[in-house]
Amino acid sequence: MVEKSIEEINRRIKEGDVNVVTAEEMVGIVGELGAKEAAKEVDVVTTGTFGAMCSSGVWLNFGHPEPPMKMNKVFLNGVEAYSGVAAVDAFIGAGQLSETEGFDYGGAHVIEDLIRGKSIDLHATSYGTDCYPRKTLDTTLNIYDLNQAIMINPRNGYQKYNVATNGMNRTIYTYMGSLLPNYGNVTYSGAGVLSPLSNDPDYQTIGVGTPIFLGGTKGHIIGEGTQHSPETNFGTLMLRGDLKDMSADYIRAANFHEYGTSLYVGMGIPIPILNEQLAQSTAVTDKDVVTNVLDYGVPSRDRPVLRKVNYEELRSGSIEINGKDTPTSSMSSFKKSREIAEELKTWVTAGEFFVNSPSQRLPAKATCKPMRQTTRNPLVQDIMARDVVVIDENATFHEAAKMIMENTFSHLPVVSEDGKLAGIVTAWDISKAVAETGCNYVKDIMTKKVLTSNATDPIDIAARNLDMKEVSAMPVIDDDRYVIGIISSNDISKLFARRR
Amino acid sequence: MMIKINISSNVIGEPILAESMIETRTALNISQAHFDSTYGEIIAEVESGDFKAIREALESKGAKVTVLDHPIVRDEEECVECGACISVCPGHVFSFDDDWGIAQDIEKCIQCGTCIKMCPHHALSLEK
Repeated sequence: MVEKSIEEINRRIKEGDVNVVTAEEMVGIVGELGAKEAAKEVDVVTTGTFGAMCSSGVWLNFGHPEPPMKMNKVFLNGVEAYSGVAAVDAFIGAGQLSETEGFDYGGAHVIEDLIRGKSIDLHATSYGTDCYPRKTLDTTLNIYDLNQAIMINPRNGYQKYNVATNGMNRTIYTYMGSLLPNYGNVTYSGAGVLSPLSNDPDYQTIGVGTPIFLGGTKGHIIGEGTQHSPETNFGTLMLRGDLKDMSADYIRAANFHEYGTSLYVGMGIPIPILNEQLAQSTAVTDKDVVTNVLDYGVPSRDRPVLRKVNYEELRSGSIEINGKDTPTSSMSSFKKSREIAEELKTWVTAGEFFVNSPSQRLPAKATCKPMRQTTRNPLVQDIMARDVVVIDENATFHEAAKMIMENTFSHLPVVSEDGKLAGIVTAWDISKAVAETGCNYVKDIMTKKVLTSNATDPIDIAARNLDMKEVSAMPVIDDDRYVIGIISSNDISKLFARRR
Repeated sequence: MMIKINISSNVIGEPILAESMIETRTALNISQAHFDSTYGEIIAEVESGDFKAIREALESKGAKVTVLDHPIVRDEEECVECGACISVCPGHVFSFDDDWGIAQDIEKCIQCGTCIKMCPHHALSLEK
């Protein structure tokens, strides 16, 4: 049994004879020497990751203005910061979007601009009190003007992440990037072999108070992150670091098209090799880190798992989805992750960075629960019109016109001889038929590619589909494509009007 | 060379692409095509020697031909070399090099702009 103490390792760091390797290098060392010899040889293994971590932000203290003010609403370059605490503290979150620039600029950009020393416009309003009489404030300041700018990230460093693909027939834009239709591509995130938590999955050394690399400077682990789920190997961390010492090389604002903003965070953790077990766990490879490929085309919390995949396969450039070779994109930077592990290695080797024992272990038994919902989500079947009239595809457009006039619907689902949905006609299609020659039958003028809905779809999904495709109604069909109702944007508007 | 062919709504129903190819005996290697009721846009590769003839043929039939000579530009300061662009590019312009940095083969760019939307760091743009 090899046993080393933190004190022993720190003494070697101090004396300059510590042996530090990156988690990538450790794979080969354990492969060659075995865990026992590797544990004797190696003192510290460094890890690193650089990817989108939306649950990130910074606590800012602006100093008190004259006359003083209890800031009630705070905007930094038009991005709202949370100020429901004492007078001049505010939390700027990476994902908050600008009130004026929308998707193009958000909290993440404010954070990057602060790091770069740029001037930020601060606008604040309040209601005024005896102790804080001021009601509005406008000023311009930069990071050096602030008392504190402390990064506190509630959820960073996911042990691994779900892999995204899209089974829908259109491109979808997600926080995992653009996902091409019909499983056209695959996106993934995470550093695999270098992933901090995958290198110490039992939380032997990573815990409360562990010193880390964060954004180019030294930071600390505060505790487990939100949604920490070690039992499913989706552990997370809550981190702290001083933004004033950070570098834009390792903290970068990001925009995901039609999703919003996020922050790329560079983070690395040194793992002291106290025993053989740690030597073994830091020898984890890309192949050992296994995750799930999910269909993000399914707009549900419970997205279907298409297959299991490991990071070696993901990093090969393509993986097989439904028998087809599908290209992969990494959303996190392996090159940067490597740079971080190397940088941390340099710090420890140079005697500038020491390791310690956690002041408290992180929970190794926990899972992430879904939300308890006390109001029932309305479904399409709750509000769809059931007395829907359909027309045969072989009817003439005159008959269709008559039917639309006699009924209240402006959309007429068209059925084929077997009674199944074949298309849809609207009053507009009929006008077109009148204007053009050669179109006498409904089947000639109907739209064949019909957007449909299922009775058990949540209303929010139906509403988004109507919105995206810019149509005003959809036939509701059963599994055999028989029309059982129709749902219109009008029905949905009425429902939401009632709710308010 | 890469060219873009725009077809306006008044000639959208005509087979002008096929007619032009047959007339000039020129092979257009079409990499992207978009058609709807209002316009058509085709991205294609053509041998430089054939370009003049096919342009004349297409333009005589009402199409507009533009040479695409400004491929995608990557801002190396903004780029973090994540590789998000790799899987969405229809031309396979981007790949990882041996050190997990981004390698690019600009010759293959068809200037579709798909990678611009994908890039989380606004590092990609089409030169004007």
